[in-house]
Amino acid sequence: MSRAVGQSRIAETFERLRSRGELGIIPYLTVGFPGRESTRQIVPALVEGGAAAIELGIPFSDPLADGATIQRSSQVALANGVTVRFCLETAAALRQLGVDVPLVFMGYFNPLLQFGLERFVSSCAEIGVDGLIVPDLPPIESDELAGLCRQYGRDLIFMVAPTSTDAHIQEVARQASGFLYCVSLTGVTGARDRLDEGVGPFLARVRRHTDLPLALGFGIARPEHVREAAALADAVVVGSALIDRIGRAMPDRQAEAARSFIEWLRSPLTSSTG
Amino acid sequence: MTLEASPRPISQLPDERGRFGQFGGIYAPVTLLPAIEELIDAYREARQDPAFQAEFERLLRHYVGRPTPLYHAAKLSREIGGAQIYLKREDLAHTGAHKINNAIGQGLLAKRMGKPRVIAETGAGQHGVATATVCAMLGLECVVYMGELDIQRQALNVFRMKLLGAEVRPVTSGSRTLKDAMNEAIRDWVTNVRTTYYLIGSVAGMHPYPMMVRDFQSVIGHETRQQMLELCGRLPDAIVACVGGGSNAMGIFYPFLEDPEVELHGAEAAGEGIETGRHAASLTAGRVGVLHGSKSYVLQDEDGQILEAHSISAGLDYPGVGPEHSYLKEIGRATYHPVTDREALEAFQLLCRTEGIIPALEPAHAVALAVRLAAERSPGEIIVVNLSGRGDKDMHTVAQALGVSL
Repeated sequence: MSRAVGQSRIAETFERLRSRGELGIIPYLTVGFPGRESTRQIVPALVEGGAAAIELGIPFSDPLADGATIQRSSQVALANGVTVRFCLETAAALRQLGVDVPLVFMGYFNPLLQFGLERFVSSCAEIGVDGLIVPDLPPIESDELAGLCRQYGRDLIFMVAPTSTDAHIQEVARQASGFLYCVSLTGVTGARDRLDEGVGPFLARVRRHTDLPLALGFGIARPEHVREAAALADAVVVGSALIDRIGRAMPDRQAEAARSFIEWLRSPLTSSTG
Repeated sequence: MTLEASPRPISQLPDERGRFGQFGGIYAPVTLLPAIEELIDAYREARQDPAFQAEFERLLRHYVGRPTPLYHAAKLSREIGGAQIYLKREDLAHTGAHKINNAIGQGLLAKRMGKPRVIAETGAGQHGVATATVCAMLGLECVVYMGELDIQRQALNVFRMKLLGAEVRPVTSGSRTLKDAMNEAIRDWVTNVRTTYYLIGSVAGMHPYPMMVRDFQSVIGHETRQQMLELCGRLPDAIVACVGGGSNAMGIFYPFLEDPEVELHGAEAAGEGIETGRHAASLTAGRVGVLHGSKSYVLQDEDGQILEAHSISAGLDYPGVGPEHSYLKEIGRATYHPVTDREALEAFQLLCRTEGIIPALEPAHAVALAVRLAAERSPGEIIVVNLSGRGDKDMHTVAQALGVSL
């Protein structure tokens, strides 16, 4: 491992993006989808395609913040026998394969609670998983996990939504580290045709309360969204659209489909900067 | 009993964060937090508003038909030869179950909050019917989420909801039962949170639902207390209720929490038997976890994935349980017992035969437990059973279980 335990890669990644004036693309992938071992092939391809960081989804039987695509990928992963331990093993394998971008786990609270919060966060530190997003754990319930993340030098990444009050955004900005995950729309995950009209004002409102990097997620699916987001945020998270793409590809073409999808998304960025 | 361990009287829980000891809380996606805060505030104001309380009581009396009777099941008691069994007749409430009490309370709250659209989840369909009924009466749009499997099992209630003007949306994800209907309702709420009121049917979910639903259902316990004093001049020795999510049980338990001489017993669905793994007994066989917004006992595998529940009664077919029940179990104030499908079916027939009352399969579990407890006690003792619903909806299921084709 090239870096001391206790140091997250997230801050330096965003510093680099900001210094280049570049929007980061953060693909989300359910671990163990479509095949149990697929993640180990697909993630290196995503990095090759230009991913700035990777969000690894820990599957849960009842993903209540997710739309149809991620519900299905979670069910497939569970049917493939994916467990929290397997997700950690997969992350470790990715580090061994030389993947050096930030890795962030996104998982619902109950599987982490059953695994043991300290055991989980300390494993993340050992393996080199840099951050953690728990969509059903709002700040009011997160004291214990936030304390562990501080202790082990991991970033606990909080979400804000268009419905969030200024007071809530302020509170979250005070506790957050790494980046703020800005939910682009009032709804669940899933590819959409266009960005919500309210995204600009919403991100401007968040910006007034924090200097943390802002990642925009939910509904991002097309290069046009990326072009629009480039002026507003530091990164975008792309989940369902990528999973749809991978799910449609033949097994031996999935990594290539993932790589070319990221390149396609990044096309407005490379043509304007290069 | 370890009641002194509690920092405040148990009837004063939950705390401001929605906690009953370690249980409860607000484990919700961030999009919902403002709506949850709005709901907490609106409910607090409504609770203190005499006009709201008066309207709630007026509808309970003139629309639901409250108070429901407390009936001495003398023939059943004689047949068992033990304690005297009294039945709190929630089956006689409008729509045929206790669910209507909560639906009216929350329906009035939705109206007061200016939310024109109401969504609900339903398992057996009783809560869906109650919600559709109240929405028709109050002029609110109503969408009910129901697992595809439950739609097949409860075709009659689906038709009732449609007649009442509700849209019934089939849920095809996961196990296609109540827990998935609840997931889908939460997703709808996340999407339409500005216009939509989520009317949860049990004492489950995130704060303030467990508290609010309990409060609206506690009319059952308050009436029972008064009726018991009028009929017998004393409080009962034990109260028995079935527990799925646990709203009828919390409703009848709550006004007795501070009376340690009154035993509280919950009957959980043991399905085909705890040892078979095909059951819905979260408190008996589950572990502490987080599901649908609160921390409570949950049926789950080693890895924290939620397991499917199994019960002959669709209304008990839920892998979680209200957080207050978890707390009452932990401090020893209430005791929870498994009751199998077979025991519930026997009790169902026993009540039909001895008292001319056809119970729903859910409270048939409570009747079975009451019979078990009564048999070991003297005829001077009194056990109250919350007969939370009537059995019309279960005719197909019971006929099938008894090998009769209709």
